[in-house]
Amino acid sequence: MTLTQLPLAEQFVLTLAALILFTSFLLLAQSRIVSLIHTFAWQGALLFIATCLMALTSGRHHLFISAFMTLALKVFFIPWQLRRLVVRLDIRREVETVGNASLVMIGGGALVLFSYYVVLPIRELSFLATRNTIAISLAVILIGMLMIITRRKAVAQVIGFMSMENGLFFAAVVATYGMPMVVELGVAFDVLVAAILFGIFFFQLRSGIGSLDVDHLNRLHEVDR
Amino acid sequence: MKGWLLALVQTGLLAFGAPFLAGWVKWIKCRLQSRQGPPPWQPYRDLLRLFGKEVVVAEAASPIFRIAPYVVFSVTALACSVVPMVAIGLPTAAIADVIVLVGFFALGRFFLALAGMDVGTSFGGMGSSREMTIASLAEPAMLLGVFTLAMTVRSTNLASMIGYLIEQPFQLYPSFVFAAMGLVLVAVAETGRIPVDNPATHLELTMVHEAMILEFSGRHLALMEWGAMLKLMIYSVLLCNLFLPWGVAVDFAPLSLLIGLGAITLKLLLLGTALAVAETGLAKMRLFRVPQYLGLAFILCLLGMLSHVILEVN
Amino acid sequence: MPLSLAFTAVGAALLSGLLPLVRPGSNAAARLIAFPLLGISGIFGMIAGGMALGNTQSDSIVLPVGLPWLHSHLQLDPLAGFFLAVVSLVTLVAAIYGPAYVREYEQGPQPLLPLTLFTGLFVAGMQLVLLAADAFSFMIAWELMSVTSYFLVAYQHQHEVNRRAAFIYLLMAQVGGLFILLGYGVLSGFGHGFDFAHMAAATLSPGWSSVAFLLAFVGFGMKAGVVPLHVWLPQAHPVAPSHISALMSGVMLKVAVYGFIRFSYDLLGGIHWQWGALVLFVGSASAILGVLYALMQHDLKRLLAYHSVENIGIIYMGLGLSMIFAGTGHQALAALGLIAALYHCLNHALFKSLLFFGAGVVLQQSHEHDLEKMGGLIRRLPVTATCFLVGCISISALPPFNGFVSEWLTFQTALQGPVLENNILGALIPVAAAVLALTGALAAACFVKVFGICFLGLPRSEKSAAATETTPGPLAGQIVLAVLCLLFGVLPTWTVGQLEHIARLFFPGGMPETTAHGWLWLTPVSSQVASYGAPLVLLGIGLAWVLAWLWMHPRRRRFPVRRAPAWDCGFGPLNARMQYTATAFTMPIRRIFRPVWPITESYRAPTAEEQGGRYQLKIGDWAWLKVYEPIGRLLLTTARRMAMIQGGNIRAYLAYSFFTLIVLLLVVSL
Repeated sequence: MTLTQLPLAEQFVLTLAALILFTSFLLLAQSRIVSLIHTFAWQGALLFIATCLMALTSGRHHLFISAFMTLALKVFFIPWQLRRLVVRLDIRREVETVGNASLVMIGGGALVLFSYYVVLPIRELSFLATRNTIAISLAVILIGMLMIITRRKAVAQVIGFMSMENGLFFAAVVATYGMPMVVELGVAFDVLVAAILFGIFFFQLRSGIGSLDVDHLNRLHEVDR
Repeated sequence: MKGWLLALVQTGLLAFGAPFLAGWVKWIKCRLQSRQGPPPWQPYRDLLRLFGKEVVVAEAASPIFRIAPYVVFSVTALACSVVPMVAIGLPTAAIADVIVLVGFFALGRFFLALAGMDVGTSFGGMGSSREMTIASLAEPAMLLGVFTLAMTVRSTNLASMIGYLIEQPFQLYPSFVFAAMGLVLVAVAETGRIPVDNPATHLELTMVHEAMILEFSGRHLALMEWGAMLKLMIYSVLLCNLFLPWGVAVDFAPLSLLIGLGAITLKLLLLGTALAVAETGLAKMRLFRVPQYLGLAFILCLLGMLSHVILEVN
Repeated sequence: MPLSLAFTAVGAALLSGLLPLVRPGSNAAARLIAFPLLGISGIFGMIAGGMALGNTQSDSIVLPVGLPWLHSHLQLDPLAGFFLAVVSLVTLVAAIYGPAYVREYEQGPQPLLPLTLFTGLFVAGMQLVLLAADAFSFMIAWELMSVTSYFLVAYQHQHEVNRRAAFIYLLMAQVGGLFILLGYGVLSGFGHGFDFAHMAAATLSPGWSSVAFLLAFVGFGMKAGVVPLHVWLPQAHPVAPSHISALMSGVMLKVAVYGFIRFSYDLLGGIHWQWGALVLFVGSASAILGVLYALMQHDLKRLLAYHSVENIGIIYMGLGLSMIFAGTGHQALAALGLIAALYHCLNHALFKSLLFFGAGVVLQQSHEHDLEKMGGLIRRLPVTATCFLVGCISISALPPFNGFVSEWLTFQTALQGPVLENNILGALIPVAAAVLALTGALAAACFVKVFGICFLGLPRSEKSAAATETTPGPLAGQIVLAVLCLLFGVLPTWTVGQLEHIARLFFPGGMPETTAHGWLWLTPVSSQVASYGAPLVLLGIGLAWVLAWLWMHPRRRRFPVRRAPAWDCGFGPLNARMQYTATAFTMPIRRIFRPVWPITESYRAPTAEEQGGRYQLKIGDWAWLKVYEPIGRLLLTTARRMAMIQGGNIRAYLAYSFFTLIVLLLVVSL
């Protein structure tokens, strides 16, 4: 099935999927922490719109609940919480140099192609028109992980983690019209708890090693060098 | 025969409409900054005045310096003739596809940069060095964006591309969204607008295009300036007609030609306004921020191509 | 018929090398005998090649020379004919250019004789490689070509750099020759014969054919100079005399490309798309790294040598695309890619020779190698400068010159990537095309630098201020090439029509659409997909120029051009040291692509004793540091270890022989 045979709403969902991938790339390249949080919020907003559209076109109204949970948690609460932390930790102006940014971006592009390749057989299992986006969600997840690996600052890593969760959620929505409600509620709750725990963790980290740079944790290695 | 005649008329329209677009952007920009501003037709007056002025050429200048304005202008004018503005299906459109069009601009730029280095001042060299650097980063992004479009429409001929898009019922191609964003960024860089270059500045450390044409005067300067306006016009027409192709005439009936003319005028005025708003809101970047900016353009075009492969073909 | 003409060409080339030997003392005799004969060889070779290109039947002969059980097979088919024509064309131009150019060497310490001797043998070697139709004659001719060019590189052996460059060149040529030999070994093992007909008929398992392909790829790649096997190029080309550099860079690399095409398309056959992906990848890497390294060079001929790496990369990109399409069964597109690559071979031979000839004149007239000491030469050498400009425009792939057409064809081939069933590959090919675009744009930047620094502005040294235009011979050579650059840019349809004969050898369908719309239009896939009217482009530019000129005409009379000093910001007169230098010009690119080069940069601020700061910039080559030096070190350490067994004791040596004999006898008895 090619794109031109799809109804316009589903074309729009595909476009949103591509835009979500784009925000993932922005997260990967963004060096300012506050902009990072804003980009993350935008990713949540795109996710919200996509979920709403899926809910409308499929007529499955429980998706609206997921959508509004996304809106509340990922667009407003978590970014607000993170921002507050950043202000309280006084790292608003901190700029993190992304080591060899162009190489990381090429890696991101390669990950997209890789996830497309991996997903090819899985795709056949889904009957939804939007199944093409599964590759995109996998790419969002992998890019989130790449972000965690390439970043030093704990806040950026947390955002990478959250964007991985975004990818999972998106995959569930576009592939099978969302997970069962209980699972979804559980995951949302997990994310919420994680956000709060991370807040505590930041303060501990800071008082423990005097910085949010996780490379300082290298001191904790077991072997004597 | 009618086709060739129309092509000539369209080329003329593009060539003589270009100063108005430049003036329009400047006027809107002035209004946005609460200034009176010169009227949109001021560039015509400027060009006429320059054409009627004496030419002063630097002592060290070689013949390259004197032929460069003619090369730059004639190449850009030729580029005008292949761009479908009002109608598609004109015979000139087959002369060159979009890759050749990029080649035309590259040829013009080559001579412009040589002219900058000809006099032997550091300004000229600085301008040439920067221009060639920016261009070498912009070109791959631009071609990748173009390829993204070409993969959907299966053609690099501008007329066939636009024709294909008009025939189709409205489709929302994710790849087009990205390609449009990427190509807008590239077009801004290529035409030397804020935030990459400032057409209004004469501050040594920031200028790119102006640094190269610093030594030109009189009719040579007029040709160079006109060439730059043509370039802005061509990029604007291309962006309008590729991404908003509605209204472009598919046959040569007078009514559809008239609609085509009206549509492109409206689109250009809107685009010019948008450009003016963007230029007012943005500040010029440092030179070494430009690679990041063009890197973003490249990533956008790359994502466009990837989303074409992943989402649009099966 | 074409073959006998080709023999005449080879004979003339051999004679041009050998005949001056009868009067060994005289430089003038060497010059007057060798170059005309070389020219005759070029003319005959071109005719032979042109005739063979048009023939569908290949012309072949078996000569009763060579090994007792293997007579020498020679043949001339369209593929060999095309390359023969290219080689001979550049030879002819070199023969026009050479006589006046080598006069300078007559004052040098060396006699002219070795130069003419090895040039003749070198050209004959290249022509014989193209004619050879069995592995044995091929390798003999190949080694003739390699060894004679070694002597040409080492011609001015009083300089240490030249000896070192020549040694590295010889070493790599021999290693490459070994790989080719092994490749032929695999083929002949399966084909039960050393002639090409047997080899082509061989049926190989996929594993063995990939092994043979890889051997040939490395072997011919070593000669062609793909990354990372390119390191001999930037060393050898700057030190050879310029007309030899033109022959080496312009055509010897093409002979390697010929060998690669012959081996993989003709002899091996059954191309896998994975090979194409490898070739495309290596080609892209060569193209982009070649141009990036070229940008940082200040020695004019070394810069041109790195550009050869770039252009070979572009040729390999075309070949890679062609192989990918051939391996997936898209015959017409495979033909298109092959034609793009062949067209670029022709173009590169033309403009690279032109640029080397121009560089030779510049070097000879200004006595400067370093770009930073040139400047303003367009006023001293107007004709050379114009021809050089044509070369610069062509190599930068700008319309309407020839370099553009072949790159455009490569782009068009790449754009057909979506027809592949494999979407991943279909997505990677446009990325390769973007790399090609980056390469083209950087090449333009590089040649703006070269032309701007070398020919424009103010002279940066007294020697370049005193340069004078060269004699008619070298000028005529350059003008011929410049005109050809334009012609092959404006008449691509005719050229592609000719090259299609070669493509039909391997892809019988050819590409019917490409030249279907008359000589004005080049339409690679169909007229709907893309078209390029090169003659109309030239006409259009001319028309716009005339219109602008006519519009200016009355004003030109009223206001003639007035000369005045350039704007100096009110600080007093400008001098040559205030200009942008080549280093300064490429500084933004150096900063953006920083990790590409190993750079050591140092700056010492001016002190009380010393006026003026001191800035040093050294740019190396990662291939040396990361590939060759470790290999060299490894070899040396191994050699040192091995040296242990050479104790100097004669009885120990006898013992080695004794034990060897014992082991051999044991092996035989088993």
